[in-house]
Amino acid sequence: MNDMTSQGYVTPDGRQIGGTLMELKNITLRFGGVVAIKDISFDIRQGEIRAIIGPNGAGKSSMLNIISGFYTPQEGEVWFKGYRRGPMKPYQVARLGIARTFQNIALFDGMSVLDNIMTGRLNRMKAGFLAQAMWWGSAAREEDENREAVEKIIDFLEIQNIRKTPVGRLPYGLKKRVELARALAAEPKLLLLDEPMAGMNVEEKEDMSRFILDVNDEFGTTICLIEHDMGVVMDLSDRVVVMDYGKKIGDGTPAEVRSNQAVIDAYLGVAHD
Amino acid sequence: MAERLTPSGELRSVPALLARNVARFGNRPAYREKEFGIWQSWTWAEAADEIRALALGLLALGLKPGDHMAIVGRNRPAHYWGMIAAQMCGAVPVPLYQDAVADEMAYVLEHCGARFVLCGDQEQVDKVLEVSQTVQGIEQIVYTDKRGLRKYDHSRMNALADVQAEGRAAAQRLGPELDRRIAALDYDSTCVMLYTSGTTGKPKGVVLSNRNIIETAKNSAEFDRLDHREEIVAYLPMAWVGDFIFSMGQAMWCGFTVNCPEGAHTMMTDLREIGPTYFFAPPRVFEGQLTSVMIRMEDAGRIKRALFRHFMGVARRVGPALLDGRPVGAMDRLSYALGRLLVIEPLKNALGYSRIRVGYTAGEAIGPEIFDFYRALGINLKQLYGQTEASVFITQQPDGQVRSDTVGVPSPGVEVRIAESGEVFYRSPGTFVAYYKNPESTAATKDAEGWVATGDAGFFDKESGHLRIIDRAKDVGRMADGSMFAPKYVENKLKFYPNILEAVVIGNGRDFCTAMINIDLTAVGNWAERNNIAYGSYQELAAHPQVYQTIREHVAEVNRSVASDPMLSGCQIHRFLVLHKELDPDDGEMTRTRKVRRAVINEKFADLVTALYDGSTSVHTETEVTYEDGRKGSIKATLRIEDAPVFGDKRQQKVAAQ
Repeated sequence: MNDMTSQGYVTPDGRQIGGTLMELKNITLRFGGVVAIKDISFDIRQGEIRAIIGPNGAGKSSMLNIISGFYTPQEGEVWFKGYRRGPMKPYQVARLGIARTFQNIALFDGMSVLDNIMTGRLNRMKAGFLAQAMWWGSAAREEDENREAVEKIIDFLEIQNIRKTPVGRLPYGLKKRVELARALAAEPKLLLLDEPMAGMNVEEKEDMSRFILDVNDEFGTTICLIEHDMGVVMDLSDRVVVMDYGKKIGDGTPAEVRSNQAVIDAYLGVAHD
Repeated sequence: MAERLTPSGELRSVPALLARNVARFGNRPAYREKEFGIWQSWTWAEAADEIRALALGLLALGLKPGDHMAIVGRNRPAHYWGMIAAQMCGAVPVPLYQDAVADEMAYVLEHCGARFVLCGDQEQVDKVLEVSQTVQGIEQIVYTDKRGLRKYDHSRMNALADVQAEGRAAAQRLGPELDRRIAALDYDSTCVMLYTSGTTGKPKGVVLSNRNIIETAKNSAEFDRLDHREEIVAYLPMAWVGDFIFSMGQAMWCGFTVNCPEGAHTMMTDLREIGPTYFFAPPRVFEGQLTSVMIRMEDAGRIKRALFRHFMGVARRVGPALLDGRPVGAMDRLSYALGRLLVIEPLKNALGYSRIRVGYTAGEAIGPEIFDFYRALGINLKQLYGQTEASVFITQQPDGQVRSDTVGVPSPGVEVRIAESGEVFYRSPGTFVAYYKNPESTAATKDAEGWVATGDAGFFDKESGHLRIIDRAKDVGRMADGSMFAPKYVENKLKFYPNILEAVVIGNGRDFCTAMINIDLTAVGNWAERNNIAYGSYQELAAHPQVYQTIREHVAEVNRSVASDPMLSGCQIHRFLVLHKELDPDDGEMTRTRKVRRAVINEKFADLVTALYDGSTSVHTETEVTYEDGRKGSIKATLRIEDAPVFGDKRQQKVAAQ
């Protein structure tokens, strides 16, 4: 077991954060000759909201893709729930309890909101293809159970009114919410959000922030998010990793990060040699 | 149980009616609510069990006779149960508007001295907690939806389900006390206290007794032959007297089913699924539906459009006549029958009106076009006139005598007279007991003989014998030259255009009338999309020259129609502007029931009013707005002011003569 015994901490708003859920050790990722991520280490603890920030091209999305198992780093180790993780297929990652949303929404446009969210529960359906097609035996019961779980999420994210609407007809902000719903439907241990607020107006951002906090609070889901909007990041997260040019330049609470000179330089800009 | 065997001759309280309904309709559905996508239902017996458990729980928490219990949340069975449970304990339920901001809520909670508050969800709990920092006396909060409340300090707070569980556990101990309290309720006990929306000044607490509610429910149910098979959808604010009469008074008297939608935003889907037989909506709901039907028809294929146009034409000619039982030719009947098959019934189904037997609208004037549209579909839509102080019903239209410009004949048991000033007075069994803690206002409104001043000016139509309402009595004024000024009359004409959401006409004591206009974002936005007009915000769209042009045409048409009435021709609009923001209850510009507050608008937009009268063609303004979370901000805009053509006007003739 790796580090699961380490003590958690208590956030300023009184939430108890647990031990390490995921640990990334000395990660280096290269695309051919380009080094996207260079020797980065950090951890994500049980129940916390962890943000990864950085200027464009800092390697944030690559980092998220490593966490989600989509990329395998050339060097370094990824530990999840105390076990070292080797290269994995996406469905294996999903079974481990990791779900994600995408920067450019990846939903099925022609399907209803309800059906889209139901796809998030595919991992939990065991009935065979034939039984499902025939609506027979355990398949029907399974669908009822899963529908109930999905309805709770629909209620939670307040999208009852668009339950039967095809996703293609929805405005951007709502699509984002549906994507979050689908990720939640998998009942993940770790939820990865890739720029959940990108392209949203202030009101939509506020709504989304509230939902992220509620998800964390209500389901105890650990959340790791990438976000550009600094205000949102500082308000939401418990701890922040700051990346720049593939390197980690800061790590700590929002207050610590805000006063970190390297971070200020990266954001306000200093001359690079 | 003892109270369930009360003889039917002594139905003197809502709990007594509940007991009767359990005995008579025990296994019929009393309440339905859509939750998690499925309609949940409770029979009268099940509902009575839930209510009793809640009442016992409230008793255990210390609810005393004469206490006030505020209820704030959306329409849910649990909230209706909360009101009945409070009555059982001898307390007075006080439903509040759930979209009220904390300040407004603070006034009401302090005024009624609520010890208990039943909240729908976290949002309402937060508001009540905020209020309780300044208002003393709020002792217990009960909430329905647990979400987000797990970590709150629960020393004075309980989930409704937990209160019920405690009540069930204490049934043996507290049952006799509860039965005693239920038995003590009589016809003069307070049934409910409702706060008026307060078009002027602070809200007033209208005390309504069991007599008021039950007599009114009985009379009005008989008027429309309502029975236990009706289905209604409860979606209007619980704090509004109409909802209390329909979803509580009449539902209890008749024993029909109250259906609660999943939420405000799913209302239209839920309405369609339920297909109510008895339905009430303010004109703006009917307007909104008609607008969306028209917009969707514009997008439909050519054949569908042609069918729709043809058969709606037939329906407009034949439908209302059929409803009123007037003679209709065989060809027309056949044509209408075909239209029903192809267009009307599918459309009614899409709107959720397939089963409507009786529909009412009230609160504002409804446009004749809109009214006729629904009548043409064969929907028995009628108008009524009422107010909180009357337990709603003052006048209503009997079947077969429906007109768009009247509000009907006095309801059963109601006497109506018109004072010399033109103000309408009434007296009825539904007339309120008093304004709570406000004897002066009570005395000013209700005289010793029980006549109540409505504050509305009106007259009885000589032909039909129906009442016609012109305007608020105090709003009817005089222009500088002494001619009559009835702003609402003109505003209503303006609002009948789908592009215009709200209008405020100014002119009391002035030389001529002017107007501030709010565009309807749905209708105008759709038009903009259709014509490839880009806009970034409400403000930008409102200021668009082509929008101004359209509004100018509407104003001109209204002026022409106003000019045809010699008494009111002075009310034509000479100058107008399109407002840069929607009038909003959160900003105090309207009441929660969406009635324009003239004094507030005159004061808040004083710069605009000045500009309307000093001849300038544009005005720069900055307006404070309140966001939904209570924060304040401001918007700046430069508004154009345009002249509108006027017709046959004395003043203009004078100018021409010079």
